[in-house]
Amino acid sequence: MLDRLLQRDRAKRRAMISAIVVAEPGRCVECGICSYNCPLGIDVRSKARHGLPVADAYCLTCGECVARCPRGVLRFEQAPVFDPDKTLGGQ
Amino acid sequence: MAPRYVIVGNGPAGATAAQAIRATDASAEITIVGAEKVPFYSRPGLAYLLTGLVPEGGLFSRPDGDFETARITRTVGHVARIDVVDHRVALVDGPGMPYDRLLLAVGARAVRPDVPGIDLEGVVTLDNLEDARRIIRLARKARSACVVGGGITAVELAEGLAAQGVSTHYLMRGERYWSGVLDQGESRLVEDRLVEHGIHLSHGVQVVRVVGRKGRVAGVELQTGSQLPCDLLAVAVGIQPRLELARAAGLETGRGILTDSRFLTSEPDVFAAGDVAEVLDDATGTRAVDSLWSVAIEQGRAAGENMAGLDRPYVRPAALNVTRIGGLTTTIIGAVGSGGRDDDLVTLARGDSDAWRQQLDAFAVVSEAGANHVRLVLGEDRIVGAVVMGDQAMSRPLQRIIRGDVDITGVRELLVRPEADLAPLLTRLMDGAGANGPL
Repeated sequence: MLDRLLQRDRAKRRAMISAIVVAEPGRCVECGICSYNCPLGIDVRSKARHGLPVADAYCLTCGECVARCPRGVLRFEQAPVFDPDKTLGGQ
Repeated sequence: MAPRYVIVGNGPAGATAAQAIRATDASAEITIVGAEKVPFYSRPGLAYLLTGLVPEGGLFSRPDGDFETARITRTVGHVARIDVVDHRVALVDGPGMPYDRLLLAVGARAVRPDVPGIDLEGVVTLDNLEDARRIIRLARKARSACVVGGGITAVELAEGLAAQGVSTHYLMRGERYWSGVLDQGESRLVEDRLVEHGIHLSHGVQVVRVVGRKGRVAGVELQTGSQLPCDLLAVAVGIQPRLELARAAGLETGRGILTDSRFLTSEPDVFAAGDVAEVLDDATGTRAVDSLWSVAIEQGRAAGENMAGLDRPYVRPAALNVTRIGGLTTTIIGAVGSGGRDDDLVTLARGDSDAWRQQLDAFAVVSEAGANHVRLVLGEDRIVGAVVMGDQAMSRPLQRIIRGDVDITGVRELLVRPEADLAPLLTRLMDGAGANGPL
């Protein structure tokens, strides 16, 4: 049971560190909820409306912007360059 | 001499056109004339300002500095008239300005129904930031509000007022919510969520008079003769393109300002785009009016490029909007008309497209799981429309498949089976048809 929980937690953390937030600009109405809720003050909206990924080194991939966007503009996408199995020696 | 571009209207179409002109012509003189004093902001975001999801300052999405960097002059002013012969724009409150190319991107305004008392203090519509500020100000003192209308804005107003702590009653003329676009199950899904949010709903009721006391709203009178007390009445029965300037200048108009597929109006050097324009689609030979943020941006960009001398015919994609109604993220793509009558709208609503009401010879496939709902509208060999409510996992593939005009012949039989698992079938369509291009 505990094993399973730990495994799930590990999988979630791995997904978070190996993913980046990407945007679909055609859905964005520039409401600013993403930027307002970013704990690090990243201007997520500006990237979203230009269709750029949130690739800031500061981004925690905490998912606040993804979860709060009312229009499904943002989502996580795997970034191979950050694959923990390859770059951090994870199992 | 550098060409002079004047853009009337500081919404998404106007601002995007200005940026597109600058990207094409480094030497152009570009001026945007807008009636609002505030920086560029997200109009769809006003709904979230009302519900408290974002503060006012968060709505200003394109700082003045971006326009200054691009050498785009923003002027606050009201345009009195356009002289198409002399190529001049006259302002009510300032000197006129000459133009070589002019864009009218003045948008649309909310329609006020013709009932006695509609001009009383406390009757509100939601067109711009000033309206949202007024609603918030009035809601602080109001105990109860009524909302009339249909489409997205009516629900946004009801949710916004409820979130402001006002006891809210949503009055519908029709038998169910937004019946021209949503099917019965979808209307019920939204209505159930509104009730959960504490909003009272009434169907089959019509406001025949706004009751006033000392010049302020005190209630509404219904067709039955009964009265419902309220301190605030919010109205969203549709929008009307702002055609006054165009008509006075002699431009050809229909429901909007008529343009060709390059956004050129009936007058040389005068263009129109966004909510005010009725743009020709060369592929179908028809004109349409949309009131969608993404369409206004696409049109603004193409109009700006055409004005600056490029040849960019507008190709109208399947109309798409993603919005939140009743707290559910909802994507509507293409022709989804369910044949219902839009009793609550007298004209197109904001965030709405004529294309959605199109009813083709089609078959609907519905998949439901809790508050998640997917409806596919299947033509002979194409998916012609879709509604995705709640979980949006399927909305992206559907968007690509519908906009990419993907042939579904190979999986149609499987799609229409009652137990069909849509996700793998849609993935197969995406993979098989190479529908991986831009959205």
